[in-house]
Amino acid sequence: MNRIDRLFQSGKKDILSIFFTAGFPHLNDTVEIIKTLDKKGVDLIEIGVPFSDPMADGPVIQHSNQVALANGMSQKVLIEQLKNIRKETDIPLIFMGYINPTLQYGFENLCKKAVEIGIDGFIIPDIPLDVYQKEYAEIIKKYDLRFILLVTPETPEERVRLIDEVSSGFVYMVSSASTTGAQQNFNETKQAYFKKIENMNLKNPTLVGFGVSNKETFDAAAAHSRGCIIGSAFVRALEDNPTIEAAAESLISKVRGK
Amino acid sequence: MSKYGIDENGYYGRFGGAYVPEILQKNITELKANYLKIMNDPTFKAELNQLLHDYVGRPTPLYYAKRMSEKYGCKLYLKREDLCHTGAHKLNNALGQLLLAKRMGKTRIVAETGAGQHGVGTATVCALMNMECVVYMGATDVKRQYLNVQRMRMLGAKVVPVTTGNATLKDATNEAIRDWCCNPANTHYIIGSVVGPDPFPDMVARFQSVISEEIKKQLKAQEGRENPDYLIACVGGGSNAAGTFFHYIEDESVKLYAAEAAGEGLEDPTKSAATIHLGREGVLHGSRTLIMMDDDGQITEAFSISAGLDYPGIGPMHAFLADKGRSKVFAVTDEEAMAAALELTKTEGIIPAIESAHALAVLPKCKFKKDDVVVLTVSGRGDKDMNTYADHFHLGE
Ligand SMILES: Cc1ncc(COP(=O)(O)O)c(C=O)c1O
Repeated sequence: MNRIDRLFQSGKKDILSIFFTAGFPHLNDTVEIIKTLDKKGVDLIEIGVPFSDPMADGPVIQHSNQVALANGMSQKVLIEQLKNIRKETDIPLIFMGYINPTLQYGFENLCKKAVEIGIDGFIIPDIPLDVYQKEYAEIIKKYDLRFILLVTPETPEERVRLIDEVSSGFVYMVSSASTTGAQQNFNETKQAYFKKIENMNLKNPTLVGFGVSNKETFDAAAAHSRGCIIGSAFVRALEDNPTIEAAAESLISKVRGK
Repeated sequence: MSKYGIDENGYYGRFGGAYVPEILQKNITELKANYLKIMNDPTFKAELNQLLHDYVGRPTPLYYAKRMSEKYGCKLYLKREDLCHTGAHKLNNALGQLLLAKRMGKTRIVAETGAGQHGVGTATVCALMNMECVVYMGATDVKRQYLNVQRMRMLGAKVVPVTTGNATLKDATNEAIRDWCCNPANTHYIIGSVVGPDPFPDMVARFQSVISEEIKKQLKAQEGRENPDYLIACVGGGSNAAGTFFHYIEDESVKLYAAEAAGEGLEDPTKSAATIHLGREGVLHGSRTLIMMDDDGQITEAFSISAGLDYPGIGPMHAFLADKGRSKVFAVTDEEAMAAALELTKTEGIIPAIESAHALAVLPKCKFKKDDVVVLTVSGRGDKDMNTYADHFHLGE
């Protein structure tokens, strides 16, 4: 069974998904970061595939993309690093990147490689719903991968339904009208939006991302979804801590409040 | 359906489209649903035309360049966009989009700028209409084009230097898009060229189409015919060329010549901005088009002496016209452009923007017949480039 499906079907609540940028802080940290997060009880990992022009990302992840590329990260290098990852861990893994590098690698080519090394799905925020349906949904199906689409507070209800129809694995609920990492607390307007989506009883489970950084924001979002995705706060922790292990511990204790 | 126009899905052939994250879908959908409706509204047209006439200074002259004509053995007309208020064609678009944004109830404007001409144009119309204005500009360009930074500030705009990426136009564009993502309700993004997600390329082309609308009338009056044999314009993103070509695109008897900036030449892609010659198909700033990039799909920096042409992408319309063989694209080096600028200055007493000089540099590459009517768009004036000219031609000595 696809590992993303397995996670959600397990009925687990308060799912913690962590994003990091491959190649940051050091080129060869990728496997160790994955193993460490798995060991520390993280439920799902999003591997950021760096891009020179990450339109949907805030300053922290932009910076990590730039550093990763300067370190020599590329799709080829990343796939090589991950070729034995399934001997190390069974945690669900998602590639998160942008369309331009994906197209240069070849969408189908990348799917084929992803299946070979044991990647479970993709998040590519600048592939919009209609383009995905027209050009890529078939390929994703053929390789039995999951393709996670995003909804935001700006997405009209009808369109949320459509996105839920087409998305697989889960639906990524963007917390606010912002790029990644904009740090706010989740006020009443946001809670109302989480609640609205919760009450729509989508076919897919949802995870909340963008701006989740501590126990307060985690709990507020997880109350109306299956859990949260943390990106910028972990990328920053990687910068601020001497080791990957320390970064993971510091972030997880902040979020889980233990 | 037209042969070379945009289709109902926002594509020119396989180029174009709207590759934007979900957060921008609502804005893009709203814009797409409204821009033609608003632009075709008679009261909107009247308001825009009045301001184009009284404020921008349109129609701009179509000037018969006698000495240049003799030199190149043709009848050369210059479309004088350099005489627009603020010094370039950019104001046609900035004004149009601002009026449109107002009708859509937006209260805040963001824009990107490279050379600063589009930033100045946007800051100008925001001052005119009392709108909040934020202009993103690469930190490198802030230094290169300081005079324009000061103009924008005097006009009341907030100029935000962008230090991410390579700190130039493409990064300023990313930052403007991010701002729009964070402020979708009250903000309109006035993009400066025929680039970006659908419907921007078509909307900007329409606001610039006043250039060819006027050429038709003026040429009829001056030459007794609406159609020239050749149209020549420079392409950065491609907005002045789009405006110059617009009403002639379907008429294949009119040759469309586009000049892109080759920097130091075509041999070394890191020293060039000739996107149509050197680029590959991909997606940049929400549009599927030709792009300068490496094997992994990372966007590379474009290089040209002209800050207004060093964009690593190209408007999808121009990728399409070139692909179909409808337009012919010339790669013009820095040296050729500088020589052409000097030539126009000395023979006609017009100092062009370096961008426009790229179009002028196409003339010596052509073989004209004596009766050929050639219309070349001088997209802007050279005031902003005086430091570069002074250095290059050692004017201080
Ligand atoms: C005078 C002038 N011409 C041309 C351009 C290039 O833009 P486009 O290709 O959109 O006309 C610029 C851009 O800054 C400019 O300032």
